[in-house]
Amino acid sequence: MSDSAVPSSGLLADLRCLAAGPARPQAAQGGADWCRGGLARGCLHEVYAADEEDAAAAAGFAAALALAGAATPLVWLRPGHAGAGQGRLHATGLAELGLAPDALLLVVAADVPALLRAAADVARCPGVGTLVMESWGPMPTLDLTATRRLVLAAERSGVTVVSLRCRAEPVASAAATRWRVAAGPSTALEANAPGGPAFVVECLRRRGGAPAPARRVEWNRETRCFEPRSEHRPDYLPEHRPGEAPLAGAGLSLAAGGAAARHPPASVRAGG
Amino acid sequence: MERLRATRPHLFVQGDDQPVGFTETRGNAVRLVALDRSGMGAGLRPGLTLADARARVPELAVFPHDPHADLDWLERLADGCHRYTPTVALLPPDALVMDIAGCTHAFEGERFLAADVERRFARRGVLARHAFGDTAEIAHALARYSGSPAPDERGAVRRLPVAALGLDGEATDALAAAGLKTVGDVMARPLSGLAARFGGDAATAVRRLAGEAHAPVAARVRREPVVAERRFAEPVSRTEHVLGVLTDLAAEAAIELERRREGGRRWEARLFRADGAVHRLRIETGRPTRDPQLLLRLFRERIDALADPLDPGFGYDLVRLGVALAEPLDGHQLKLEGGAAREEEGAVAMLVDRLSTRLGPARVRRFVPRDSHVPEQAELTLPAARPAPAPATVGTWPRPEPGEPPSRPIYLFDPPEPVDQVLAEVPDAPPARFRWRRRTHEVARAEGPERIAGEWWRRVDADAPARDYYRVEDRRGRRLWLFRIGAYGTGEAPRWYVHGLFA
Repeated sequence: MSDSAVPSSGLLADLRCLAAGPARPQAAQGGADWCRGGLARGCLHEVYAADEEDAAAAAGFAAALALAGAATPLVWLRPGHAGAGQGRLHATGLAELGLAPDALLLVVAADVPALLRAAADVARCPGVGTLVMESWGPMPTLDLTATRRLVLAAERSGVTVVSLRCRAEPVASAAATRWRVAAGPSTALEANAPGGPAFVVECLRRRGGAPAPARRVEWNRETRCFEPRSEHRPDYLPEHRPGEAPLAGAGLSLAAGGAAARHPPASVRAGG
Repeated sequence: MERLRATRPHLFVQGDDQPVGFTETRGNAVRLVALDRSGMGAGLRPGLTLADARARVPELAVFPHDPHADLDWLERLADGCHRYTPTVALLPPDALVMDIAGCTHAFEGERFLAADVERRFARRGVLARHAFGDTAEIAHALARYSGSPAPDERGAVRRLPVAALGLDGEATDALAAAGLKTVGDVMARPLSGLAARFGGDAATAVRRLAGEAHAPVAARVRREPVVAERRFAEPVSRTEHVLGVLTDLAAEAAIELERRREGGRRWEARLFRADGAVHRLRIETGRPTRDPQLLLRLFRERIDALADPLDPGFGYDLVRLGVALAEPLDGHQLKLEGGAAREEEGAVAMLVDRLSTRLGPARVRRFVPRDSHVPEQAELTLPAARPAPAPATVGTWPRPEPGEPPSRPIYLFDPPEPVDQVLAEVPDAPPARFRWRRRTHEVARAEGPERIAGEWWRRVDADAPARDYYRVEDRRGRRLWLFRIGAYGTGEAPRWYVHGLFA
């Protein structure tokens, strides 16, 4: 067996138990892994854009999470002032990530209280798959109490709530997971053309678990999976990326990967 | 004209003999479109320019022509005519058709009925002319045009001028030039020749006046609006009570709506305060509904979202709930196959209604594709509370090719943001370096150009310059959508813009 297969499958396993979290053991067994099931449903997840310019990457990551979990329809909640600096949400582009625009609802809130109130309403609605709540800048009112309220609503209805934060620093919250997402170098296509969506994802916090270092993943629209990329580095290096670990197999531990140990991929079994 | 006299009598202080005209701007000239009797008597005719008319009759009073208000006025007259017959149809701009078959017994004959109509109209200052006919077209032609006296209806129609056929001006002139002065002259000719010369419509018009063909009469259907109301001997002042009453009224209205197989999409509650003030609460739902509980929730949202809280003062003594817009709604089955999925769909529809009521319909939107390759026009967002447009009127979403990277960004800047300090090889290489939002981006990968030209077949876009789009990825992995307007080496330096961001 080739050397590259082992880190790849190990990474999968690590991601799998990462996403499941100890709070939902049944989800860990039920295949709610990162690649197939997205993030655990009925929870609050926070996605921070590493930089203002990574906002699009963070938004794409949030949409891809909803798709990986097949948690549609998706309600995208935006503050009214986001339109000016960030541009408008472009459904054609989201369609090219795999999100059917018919399953997308755009809600624009005039101010922060309206945003939070609308978020609570959407999180309570059992027909909604995912709520993406986009917010810009520090939001003092999105505190522990407000996030706890969202979590309670989400747990009851099963709506996956993704809080997309741009231009903001992480603060205490009741989120199950917290991610920092930056745009990642894509795999070049023919004639050095940019490839598909790629992200550098770092898990900052996970309830009941250890955070994970940054990794580079690519989104595969056809399989609705995040594919870890560690085999090759791009021909140019990111200039400066604090906290990014070398993306080698050595960095991946199988110690916590209970789910992976029980169901090792076929290639590992054959090789071992 | 009578509409103006009735609604704005102050305009006519100078007396009734002043000639009055109505004008419209056609081409570059202000022309008369209608005149009253004294204006016609003074020798003015519709079509004359206002300057000429003023030169001939200096005392002419002029008002702008308002066809919509005229139509409204005609509809009001038609409503009044429902006292004579249930079948009243409008023939804009200025005629009504009443089917009085079987309706004359209360008036001892049709002549008395017509006299009553004219008397009633005259009381409101409306000058009306009437005629009877076997068909609506005959009656209309006889009322509008006058021919020489004739012993019977058939003869009278034959003696009408050819204009009574209702053909366009050119055809009427051509008939007159051919020596055919009256409808009877035309009828005497073979229809085939007429159809060959003036088209099938002309032949149909002749047959209709001959009573051989009927045009359907589009009768006005008057539907009583669904209204439920409750009066109180003791005014109510607590919001909870008002909401309870509204729920009861909604249940009452629902019974009537169910009988009509309809559901309300726009509801209006009016709260009449004891001291005369009236509060209005309007709600709108995405789908027709008659569910009192849903309406209660929406009214609660509406009251919460009011900028000024509801001030009951001394209390409300009358609460009225009306259905402003109703649409067909059949009783639907629940809990059958696919019942659960339907329920979830219903939950989302309810969510849309709630948010639309609180935030305003314009803030809850869905995406609709359009057939346009100009990126900012390829999709639009519509209020989600409104029914979806018919599939035929919208475009289709592009289907991504398997294995291909996204070709359109997820965030689109509108308007595009300019970039400067662009370093690009001539003539059409992607930029190697550019500056956007005060940061320099070094391009690591790029693809392009994809040329998107303005849609020359649309008038507004005809002059839009073509844009050359590039997908670029900078050294930090950010993917942007840039475009260039203009070309190198054409004198003017091309301009570069960022139009969107990829994931």
